[in-house]
Amino acid sequence: MQSHAALEYDYSVAKLFTYTTILFGFVGMLIGTFIAAQLAFPELNYWMGEYGTFSRLRPLHTNVVIYGFTVSGVFATFYYSAQRVLKVSMAESNFLMFVGKLQFVLYVILAAGMVVSLLMGYSSSKEYAEMEWPLDILTVAVWVLWGIVMFGLIGLRREKTLYISLWYFIATFLGVAMLYLFNNMALPTYFFSGGLGNIMHSVSMYSGTNDALVQWWWGHNAVAFVFTVPIIAMIYYFLPKESGQAIYSYKLSLLSFWGLMFVYLWAGSHHLLWSTVPDWMQSMGSIFSVVLILPSWGSAINMLLTMKGEWNQLTENPLIKFMVLASTFYMLSTLEGPIQAIKSVNAIAHFTDWIPGHVHDGVLGWVAFMIMASLFHMAPRMYKREIYSKKLMDAQFWLQITAVVLYFTSMWIAGITQGMMWRAVDEYGNLMYSFIDTVAVLNPYYTIRALAGVLYLTGFLMFAYNMYKTMTASRKIEAEPQFRSPMA
Amino acid sequence: MFHWLEKNPFFFAVGVFVVIAFAGLIEILPNFAEASRPVAGLKPYTVLELTGKNIYKKDHCIACHSQLIRPFKAETDRYGQYSLSGEYAYDRPFLWGSKRTGPDLHRVGNYRTTEWHENHMWDPKSVVPQSIMPAYKHYFTNIADIETAYAEAVTVKNVFKTPYGDEFQPTKEAWEAHKPIVLAEAKAIADDMKNKDVKEAVANGQIPEIVALIAYLNRLK
Repeated sequence: MQSHAALEYDYSVAKLFTYTTILFGFVGMLIGTFIAAQLAFPELNYWMGEYGTFSRLRPLHTNVVIYGFTVSGVFATFYYSAQRVLKVSMAESNFLMFVGKLQFVLYVILAAGMVVSLLMGYSSSKEYAEMEWPLDILTVAVWVLWGIVMFGLIGLRREKTLYISLWYFIATFLGVAMLYLFNNMALPTYFFSGGLGNIMHSVSMYSGTNDALVQWWWGHNAVAFVFTVPIIAMIYYFLPKESGQAIYSYKLSLLSFWGLMFVYLWAGSHHLLWSTVPDWMQSMGSIFSVVLILPSWGSAINMLLTMKGEWNQLTENPLIKFMVLASTFYMLSTLEGPIQAIKSVNAIAHFTDWIPGHVHDGVLGWVAFMIMASLFHMAPRMYKREIYSKKLMDAQFWLQITAVVLYFTSMWIAGITQGMMWRAVDEYGNLMYSFIDTVAVLNPYYTIRALAGVLYLTGFLMFAYNMYKTMTASRKIEAEPQFRSPMA
Repeated sequence: MFHWLEKNPFFFAVGVFVVIAFAGLIEILPNFAEASRPVAGLKPYTVLELTGKNIYKKDHCIACHSQLIRPFKAETDRYGQYSLSGEYAYDRPFLWGSKRTGPDLHRVGNYRTTEWHENHMWDPKSVVPQSIMPAYKHYFTNIADIETAYAEAVTVKNVFKTPYGDEFQPTKEAWEAHKPIVLAEAKAIADDMKNKDVKEAVANGQIPEIVALIAYLNRLK
């Protein structure tokens, strides 16, 4: 039965995930800034005994920003936008509402378990897949519940054609499910040894080179399916909604989507160049990484051209500024990645700070910007209030841009400096520098990077404050704004 | 076709899955069996070494240290022979790392000693004045979990046929019988150390984490 009245969408689950996005964003970036400072000022390693060392906190930082902040943001924007593009409200199905809320509850338990267990040192030591097996099982549960809501809503939909954002959300769901399951295959040793030892401990099903391949097939594609695919889902929904512009090209969307799906997975082995992985696999990873520029830039250009003839919005609406900048950083990052995947460049770049530099121009400039912009756009519609402060948003923008630029420029210099020093030889062909020389030289860059962290974190606090005030104290609005978000 | 897919979510999802799945099959499977084969003469980790490896995992040493020597002269000059696939056959998980804030450790056992590690883990600056690595003093008092390492050895022996001896059995009795061997190995390392508390603990049948970690690092050759 189709009703003619406008649908009232239900944002209760979207709101819950909005809160965790803000919370984990703050916690994750705080830890990140702290460990950045530890590299510049090593005395900071001793503030809480064995739990406060760089090595213990680094996986906590990555896990909280990836699975806390980003994934919360993905869920929040999904629960907001999926209803709207499918023209069906969560409130129409008690079952889906229940599953959505259950997903949130399990997710919070999972996140708490993750933080505590990583601090305690329970870890598989596989990057971005550190959680031990009981938490892996819980992760699968959270993910399956999300899938139930996704396909449940799709089943109830009134709009027959799936909008582009949903393509990307579906791909996120499937991609992460496949990769996560295979990469985390491990045997809990307690059950295979007649009950000996710690019940949390597990051993990987793969060894050595195979484990490396599976791990970076995951590691690289966690970047694909958490930092890229769902963020593209966001920009395809929120940029047209905020600007009032239709997507520039449907064909370009098609090409970029299927191209990205096809090419991305191959590129994982570029993390293993010059390793013991067979040469043809390395070359494959290298070549497909370069090909990956096409679908990545396809999406980004599609976004920029969507703003064609409306560039004045860039000066009038800081939210458009956030989104356009995000797609620009997406372009930068997806050009930089393939450059680093060229074997000769990789020989210098690998193992250096250029790699975290690359990651962070992507995550700070693209992922976090897009998530914050999306939440800003959602706030007036979810809370029926205008955004608290445009000025604050503008200030946040410039502060965080400065931070990102400081971050990646310092890490570019640090990485290339160190990479070159490692291989420098004197006139007799002897190594010129001892390893510690190449560490000592990095101190100024580590200091700049820590400062960049402080600036970005400050910007994030401004975002959190702005959101909080929008939720609680801002001027109420009567009708839902059609495009541009109202702000004071 | 694409218009049709966009109206048929099930087939859309199947299409996406097929497109993303086969890259993994083609890149990972063909070499799987060969990459699992150990180099000649490779021995599985002893229980004490495995305990040390678990400490290495627990504290995420891979956040700053690699275990992968690339085939460049600058690397072989600095760290020794470049790494071979078969050397990692018993590494579950692999511990190559992705960042060298500190040096590579794949062959650290060739050029560092128990004594060096003891000084270094207690206070890195005492041996490398400009070091930015934190001290890990708690390794000298925390008691290592050797039973879990034994459980791991038994598991990989039974499931993956890692060549441990017949005495490795999934029973409490087998573990109790094996314990003295682990202790003897720990004592040999503690004898080379100067920390009195560590020596005393080992004499009392307790193995501080530092001893297991050094056993592991010495094994990396």
